[in-house]
Amino acid sequence: MDYEMKPPRKLCIISSKGSLDMAYPPLILANAARMSGIEAHLFFTFWGLDIITKKKNNKLNISTVGNPNMHPWFHIPTLIGVLPGMSAAASWMMNREIAKLDFPPVDEFVQLVMDAGTCVYGCKMSMDMMKLTKEDLVEGADVLGAMEFLEIADGAQVLFV
Amino acid sequence: MTTATASVLDNVAFDKEGFMVDAHAWTPDIGEAIAQNLGVHLTDRHWIVINFARKEFDATGQSPTLRKITKSTPVDTKEIYALFPGGPAKVAAKIAGLGKPTGCI
Repeated sequence: MDYEMKPPRKLCIISSKGSLDMAYPPLILANAARMSGIEAHLFFTFWGLDIITKKKNNKLNISTVGNPNMHPWFHIPTLIGVLPGMSAAASWMMNREIAKLDFPPVDEFVQLVMDAGTCVYGCKMSMDMMKLTKEDLVEGADVLGAMEFLEIADGAQVLFV
Repeated sequence: MTTATASVLDNVAFDKEGFMVDAHAWTPDIGEAIAQNLGVHLTDRHWIVINFARKEFDATGQSPTLRKITKSTPVDTKEIYALFPGGPAKVAAKIAGLGKPTGCI
């Protein structure tokens, strides 16, 4: 049928931020790509590595200091945001809201996009810097250099998050 | 066989992406014929997904999200991708005669 004859699409996402709010966009986009039959690759670099680091990916936090974009009823003034526990409380609230929408927590979401066929990579240089090895990453994640990632990204739509 | 399935779809309207225009006009025979056109051979496992999607549509008026399907049926994420190659959200919705899914998950 005509509508099936388009050339295959490919999406490559570079994920560079590891806060709770910045973990979801790359995962949601990669998952949406796979649901639509689009090839998806996720490259995690710098703080983004926390999203695929086993010990960290279920403890991601949102910043309550210097973050003017929080939802009005999440809103916490910077001077209060510096108090101990404020970031954890805001993260708890955001996790609760995310769960209400039936989106999984970050560790489960990473597994979901991988089960859906997304290729997941950790940036070699960032991992060396943070003293991480392949064993620290979620199972199935590969370690890749920037040049190798660019080879994979040949012909793809590339997003930097 | 070919002529028989072709006739099943003769009076069915599709949009330009291949989704059925009227979800209420769907029958299992039509689903079988759409699947054949998409190169999918339906098994019992496919029907678990299709029947659940139809049930959800009858209850809510919308196509269920993939997450809803994998959480509510024995078919998990890996399997649903294997069953409906080329993007399970769209392919399963087409075969079940439902509109394009709008959920993000």
